[in-house]
This record gives sequence, structure tokens and C-alpha cells, in this order.
Amino acid sequence: MEKIPAVRFEHITKAFGSKVVANKDVTMDIEKGEIMALLGENGSGKTTLMNMLSGIYRQDEGQIYINGEEVHINSPKDAYDLGVGMIHQHFKLVDLFNAAENIALGMDKKVTGNAKKIEKDVREICDRYGFELDLKKKVYNMSVSEKQVLEIVKTLYRGASILILDEPTAVLTPQETDKLFSVLRNMKADGKSIIIITHKLNEVLAISDRVAILRKGEYIDTVLTKEASVQSLTDMMVGAKVELDIERPDVKHKTRRLSINHLTILDKYGVKVIDDVSLDAYSGEILGIAGISGSGQKQLLEAVAGLQPAEKDSSIKYIDPETREESQLIGKSVSEIKKLGVSLAFVPEDRLGMGLVGNMDMTDNMMLRSYKNGHNIFTDRKTPHDLAEKVKEELEVVTPGISTPVRKLSGGNVQKVLVGREIATEPTVMMAAYAVRGLDINTSYTIYRLLNEQKKKGVAVIYVGEDLDVLLALCDRIAVLCGGRLNGILDGRTATKEEVGYLMTKLIDYGQEAETYDYHEEA
Amino acid sequence: MFATFFHRAVLTAISLLFGCTGEIITEKSGNLNLGVPGVMCVGGISGFTGAFLYEFFWSTPETANWFLAIMIPLIFCLLGSLIMGLIYSFLTTTLRANQNVTGLALTILGAGLSDFLGGYLVKQTNSGGAFVSISLSSKYYMATLPFANDLGWFGEMFLSYGFLAYVAIIIAVIAAIFLKRTRTGLNLRAVGENPATADANGINVIKYKYFATCIGCMISGLGGLFYVMNKASGVWSSDNLEPLGWLAVALVIFTVWKPNLAIPGAIIFGGLSILSYHISANNAISLPLEAKPLLEMTPYIVTVVVLIFNSLRKKRESQPPEALGLAYFREDR
Repeated sequence: MEKIPAVRFEHITKAFGSKVVANKDVTMDIEKGEIMALLGENGSGKTTLMNMLSGIYRQDEGQIYINGEEVHINSPKDAYDLGVGMIHQHFKLVDLFNAAENIALGMDKKVTGNAKKIEKDVREICDRYGFELDLKKKVYNMSVSEKQVLEIVKTLYRGASILILDEPTAVLTPQETDKLFSVLRNMKADGKSIIIITHKLNEVLAISDRVAILRKGEYIDTVLTKEASVQSLTDMMVGAKVELDIERPDVKHKTRRLSINHLTILDKYGVKVIDDVSLDAYSGEILGIAGISGSGQKQLLEAVAGLQPAEKDSSIKYIDPETREESQLIGKSVSEIKKLGVSLAFVPEDRLGMGLVGNMDMTDNMMLRSYKNGHNIFTDRKTPHDLAEKVKEELEVVTPGISTPVRKLSGGNVQKVLVGREIATEPTVMMAAYAVRGLDINTSYTIYRLLNEQKKKGVAVIYVGEDLDVLLALCDRIAVLCGGRLNGILDGRTATKEEVGYLMTKLIDYGQEAETYDYHEEA
Repeated sequence: MFATFFHRAVLTAISLLFGCTGEIITEKSGNLNLGVPGVMCVGGISGFTGAFLYEFFWSTPETANWFLAIMIPLIFCLLGSLIMGLIYSFLTTTLRANQNVTGLALTILGAGLSDFLGGYLVKQTNSGGAFVSISLSSKYYMATLPFANDLGWFGEMFLSYGFLAYVAIIIAVIAAIFLKRTRTGLNLRAVGENPATADANGINVIKYKYFATCIGCMISGLGGLFYVMNKASGVWSSDNLEPLGWLAVALVIFTVWKPNLAIPGAIIFGGLSILSYHISANNAISLPLEAKPLLEMTPYIVTVVVLIFNSLRKKRESQPPEALGLAYFREDR
């Protein structure tokens, strides 16, 4: 007798508008009591497919079966009733409410009973699977991993037997990831079906039983994890074989471009987020910044960009490539820095918040960089329009048209627009923070290639990254931040992953000189 | 003397309290209804029309009874306000039109409509007079407990109002309990804070927005009815109703979206808004002409101070609902 799958998709098709087809004729199964990894590039339709199972979207064509019966999921409530719970990438929690209120949200009082009963039931779930959760804590006081735990507990509390996790590890530390995985294994042992959407191949191999691969909205295949390898999965995911090696040209004509000295930055509570950091950036190199998320990377870059006030005695000097003239950047606004002739490209972490305006189209976003050009009271729309066309062509931005608001593009395409615009300013210093976060392999490589091109042109590139393998393959030097302090600078060509990892987690003692690998200037 | 001042302050405050409580419920669903002044105007003129029809056409002084004289204006008022709420909900929730524009349009519509209808009704009486009075209904609306007058200052301060005043306070208290303690209230707040989350949790966002807005409008509309019946003693004049509506909107901010705080808040606002009149009426000090508008400004200045104070304090609980003013569309990416 054939086993009945927990979920079966049959010929599912979903399109947004007339041009973007997110899912095309997808047919696949998820078994009971398994962890299935859903793998695919950005914009391959993984999240869209799962959103149809969780009632956020409605499929245009095809059927969904749960436990062998055809179901019509019109709303998230229908999904809950069928035992489907989804933990979204952006948590669906009300910040102002505490954990218990978030759990009770939208549930029938007859089912849940009073606050005491909810608490007791939630405790039981936490004990069974090994969660830690403070029910009285407000969500706005929670860390990302606490929020995630709350989301999972909430979903289980609603009796979900099919759990979907959308990129659950994207924001977790390695320890938190391990904890999550052990909880997932407990849930699997309890007979739950778990679908985990991810880009990280090593995690796929570590946690899943089977892997389903989507490519450009189409279902490719399902393979057993134990028979798969990083190489075989990558091949299926991207179609053609991708070169896994990242190019790293030698550094030529090293001259000092940025000189940061004793930089100290306080946050709004008076805590040092950058603590006495000194480092130089050279032309023609890629300087990697490693560190656990929140170690001061953001503030460091923003200080250079003129967006962060620094404490006194801090100094960030820019050395002009032509005249060798030094100018102090601290205390200057973005436009003042620009007036100094410093050509700074900044690809911030928050693409749609700081980098681009989501509701504006590509042309208008290009204009954000050039609106001051020209001497006419009317804006010049032609140049940015041409630039938008050029970026779309050269970086293969997938969009219905350059007049589509950029917020409607997928993450990778948004990043291409942003990087394309920044490069077009012909910078002398280029800073990129988490430039490939949430991006698929192909887009990531495009970004690496673009950064390398800038490096070859003699731009001083500063790259803040989280994937150590990439940092070690791409960067010439790696500066490691820990708790706002510079723990050391390593040679990217000889450093090992262990060395970087050690510096990321172990704060060196005050007074002890950090080991720094520095260049000598070449004339 | 203070008792008299307090009494007058409360007469204004009750309209504000209705308007404010209704708007708080509406805003908790994420709908910023700037049409409150219009809704109050429509509530007032609808009730007035109901009373007018009953007094002048549907009954004679002999056949009129107190029950219908109260119920007909009340039902007219609620229906008129409900229609305003439905228009607002349909435009902003179903068609996802801009909330600010829709609200302001409703204010203009409501004020204009009530002016027009008021003028029309005056003509119908053929009295040739400049105003028309619905003395019968307003008599019942203004009726107080028979022994209220015998209790001196206590009676004047607390018992000298028509039944709607007490209804306003009860509604505000119930609204506060509803928002804070009940499951439905929790769901409603979630809709205003984060509709996507509410939706993902199985809450019908559209339904909540419609109900909150319509019920809110009906409560706000009662403020107009109270003004017509009690403050203006059954004489129609639309001039003062629209400013009262704006004051109610300011009061929502002043009370940081808490209906229980709206009760003392409304009395403070009511007191501040009649202060200039009270001072000159009692000749306590002779007030220069320019001082009057300055004094009338005080509620708004106080509101601005509260706004500044709240932004400095950065307390999350005193901020407006996070999704206030934003349309919700499930498939929006």
C-alpha cells in the first residue's frame, strides 16, 4: 500500500501580474515525520509555494492535498485549521504584545481557555521539545532567536503538524542554529512534518532527510539527503555547473586610501559600539570585516559614510589618490564629504531602508545619486533612465520593467539595482555590508565579480560579511571585530577559518596589542 | 461658582468624550479617521432631523410620547453615523484609498451636508424664523433626576445632565475594558499594530476594520446628538460642531489612545475650551478681545506638549498603533 504524504502539491501554478511566474506546474510530496529542505535560488518560488500552503496566497492553478484529501486554503486561518503553520522570515508578531498575548492572538477563547490555562499548555509544549520562553516578556524586548522560539511555540500551540520554516537560520548565531536544529529533530521524532526553506547547503545536509529543489519556479527533483553533496545540490539548483572558486586577483599599487584612528562610537544608551578601532584601507584591496552580527560593523561603515557621530579623538582620514592630501571625515555630513571630492559608494545592510526607496522605480532610485547634477531647476531624467537600462541589462535584473517599484523585486534583484547604482558613481572607496545576504549563489557570484572589478580599478573595497568561507576566499585582509573592538587583522590568503572564528568570539585583553597584518605602501 | 464652571465644562466634554472614544476604537483598528468632525455633524443633523420629523409631522403635542421622542432621534443619529462609517470603510479598507484624504473629505462632506439640511429644515417650518427648535425631544434628552436640584453643588456637578452624558462615560469605561481585557479587544489591537500578523494568526482584518470603524463612527456621532440636544437645547447650529470634532481628534492623542483617560481628558478639554467665555461672563477679570482665541487654543497646545513628552519618553505603550493610517493588502509584497 502506498504511503499517504502529509502534503501533496499537484500542478501548482502562481503568477504575479502577467509577467512574473513564481511557480509553474509544481508537483511534489512531503512525507509525514520528515524534515524536508526546500532549496532554490532567490526568486525560485520557494516562499511563494509555501505561502500558498499557509494561506497567504491562493494558487492560480492546481490542487493541494493534505493527508490525502484535497483542500482549499483561502486564509491563514484555514491553514491553521488543517494543521499547517508557517514561521515567516519576517516574524509575524505584534511587538507591543507579550509572548502570551501573541500566542492567544486570533484564537477562540472556547478553545484556549483563560490566561492560566494557556500558560500551562505552553509550558507543556516548551518542556516537551526543549524550548525556553518567558511568557511575560514583550516582543520588542526580545532577541531574534527568542522571537523565533515564540513563533515556533505559537505554531505548535495551534496544533500544527506541518511546520514550514522560511530561512530560519539567516539571523541566528551558530550556537542558536544548533539549538534550533535539536528542537527540530525533537519535533520530527514526535511525528511532525517539517519543511525548511534555506540557501545554506551545509545546513541542508546537516538537518534534512530529503531535499526538494526548485529552479525558476519549476520543480526539479527530490533527492535523499544522504545521497546528496554540496556539489550535486548546487548543480541541480542552478542548472549549469557554477564555478565555486571566487577569483582573487593580487593587490597592486597599494596606497593608503582611508586611515581610521582610535575610532570610538557610543550608542544611544552610552554603550561603546565601536571601541578604539584603528585600521587602514588600501586602494586595490578588498578589506573584509568579520564578526558576529552586531559587533559594530554597521556603525563602523556608517561613521565613514558620515552617518554616525563619533567620540572625540576619533579620526577617519581620507587620502586623495591624486593629490595625496588628507582630509578628516569625522564631523562632516554626507554632502560635506561629497564636496571634499570623496567618492564613496555605500551598499548598506538595509537595502530597502537605507539604500533604495521601495516605492520608487529604478530610474528614480538611480536619480537619488544624481539629482544634484546639472544646473537646471528641472531634473535630468534621461541619464538615470539610461543608467537604469544599463544596470538592468548588464546585471540581468529580473523585473517587469524599469518603471516597476523596486520593492516588488526579489531580494537579489533589489541588491543588483543598488550595487549597480553605487558602482556607476565611480567610487574611490566602496563599502558593502552583507552584500550577499539572502541572495542565491548566482547573484552572489555576480556581486563578488563586481567587487573584484572595483578592486582591480584601484578602489578601496570594504566588505562586511558573515560567511567565513566567502570572506576567506574573497578578501585580501580580514579585520575581525568583537564587541566593538578590533581583535586583529589577518592575511586573507593564509588565515584559516578557525583563526577567524577564534578572534570573532574571544575578546583580547585590554592593553594587549591586537595582531594586525598591514601593508607597506607602494609608491 | 466652580460647580457652574464644571457643569458647563462637562456639557462640552461629553460631546468630546463620544467623539474621542469612537475615534480611539477606530484608530485601534489602524484606520485614522479624520472624518470625525464630519461624522459628528452628520450624527447631530441626523438626530435633529429625526426629532424634527417626529415633532412636526409624525405626531401632535397630544399624541407625542417620551419614548419615541428619544428613540427616533437616537436611531436616526446612529444610522447617519453608520453610513459615514461605511463610506469610510469601503473607501479605505475595500478600495484602499488614502485614509487622510478620505477622512478630510468626509469632514467636508459632513459639515456641508449638515449645514444644508439644517437650513432646509428651517424653511420647512414656514415660521420665517432664522432657526428651528426641537423643544420636545431636547426636553426629554435634558431631563435629569428629579432630586438633582435639591443636592446643591453635588447635584449640579454630577447629576445635572441628561442620560446621554452617563451613557458616554459608561461607553468609555466599557471601551477601556474591552480593549485591555477581552480577547476581541486584543485581536483588534493586533489589527492596528500589525495587520499582516493578525491576518497570519487567522484574524479577519477586513471585518475588524469595518466593525471598529462603523461602531466608532456611531459612538462619535452620538457626540453630535448630545451637542444638539443638550448643549444647544434643541436649536440647530452647525458652527460649533466641527471645531468640537477636531478637538475630539486632538483628545485621542492627548489620552494616548486610552478611553479611560478620555473621561478626565474630555473634562479638561471642555473646561479649557469654555474658559474664556466663563471668565468674561463672570466678569472676574475683564478679558481683552484678543485673549479669547488664545485661550481657545490651549487644548491644542496641551496636545502638542503631550506629543512632545511622549516622543521624548519613547515608551512603546504610549505610541499610536503602528499600522495607523496604512492600508492593508494581504498579497502586497
